[in-house]
Amino acid sequence: MHLAYPAVLAALLFCTGLYGVLARRNAILMLMSVELMLNAVNLNLVAFDVWLRDTLHAGQVLTLFTITIAAAEIGIGLAIVLLVHRNRGTSDIDRLTDLADPPAGTGPERADTVADTPQKSEAAA
Amino acid sequence: MILAAGHPGFLSPTGVEIAFVLVGLVTFGAALVTVATRQLVHAALWLVVTLGGLAVEYLLLTAEFIAWVQVLIYLGSVVVLLLFGLMLTKAPIGRSPDADSGNRPVALAAALVAAALLVWVVVDAFRSTWIDLSTVQGSTDVAGRSLFQHWVLPFEALSVLLLAALVGAIVLSRRNGRPAGKETR
Repeated sequence: MHLAYPAVLAALLFCTGLYGVLARRNAILMLMSVELMLNAVNLNLVAFDVWLRDTLHAGQVLTLFTITIAAAEIGIGLAIVLLVHRNRGTSDIDRLTDLADPPAGTGPERADTVADTPQKSEAAA
Repeated sequence: MILAAGHPGFLSPTGVEIAFVLVGLVTFGAALVTVATRQLVHAALWLVVTLGGLAVEYLLLTAEFIAWVQVLIYLGSVVVLLLFGLMLTKAPIGRSPDADSGNRPVALAAALVAAALLVWVVVDAFRSTWIDLSTVQGSTDVAGRSLFQHWVLPFEALSVLLLAALVGAIVLSRRNGRPAGKETR
């Protein structure tokens, strides 16, 4: 098989995910687009591993690691999205503008909620 | 690697190549629908088609262990997690008009430019590269041997990372983890 086929498919999938991350407004749809980008990278890794006939099979092992890290990422990401949805009542990324400039923001006191969350998780862990 | 003997051209594809291109078209189309549809649950279901198509591509590249891991982890758990997330955030079932944000033209332009550049570079670089698929490269035997002989330490580190992610997700999603001092709601 030509190496160009999997490489082109991976490039197209990556750019589809890129469009999704930039254009989507719902946080969970953004996470789906991130998964598309990670899968494009996985396809590249597998294709190049099969092409190079690596004795350590670094590409395939790295693909397994990427899949594992993607699973961890989606778990943490969904937990954060659900927390934001619980605190704000929305998972709309365009409305989460606490770190924007003051005229566009919703007020400094709501930013404290977000800033407290990591400390809270550290303290509880 | 094998191209010294003259590789087959693009005009005389093998059966594996035809299958790869067809499944690739389905995968890419499903990915496009995933990022373009306005129905949120349908986006998750089209993501299933995309990930399943990628599993078939892994099988065609003789990496069967990766393919089954893809089916198990992505189709089995990640999509289910995404669907749970969509339903727990009260996503609308029907068409939601505000699924796309206002910077959609900019995103489209950026993605098209990136796709054109990447495809051009990749095709220019690997036009004459040929993968020899005659021997299986990724059976469970081979993957397991390399994973547990050469990659044991990263594997164990990854299990620690998974544990940390598990604890983190539980802590994040627990209701009223601390006494009400810091809570503002």
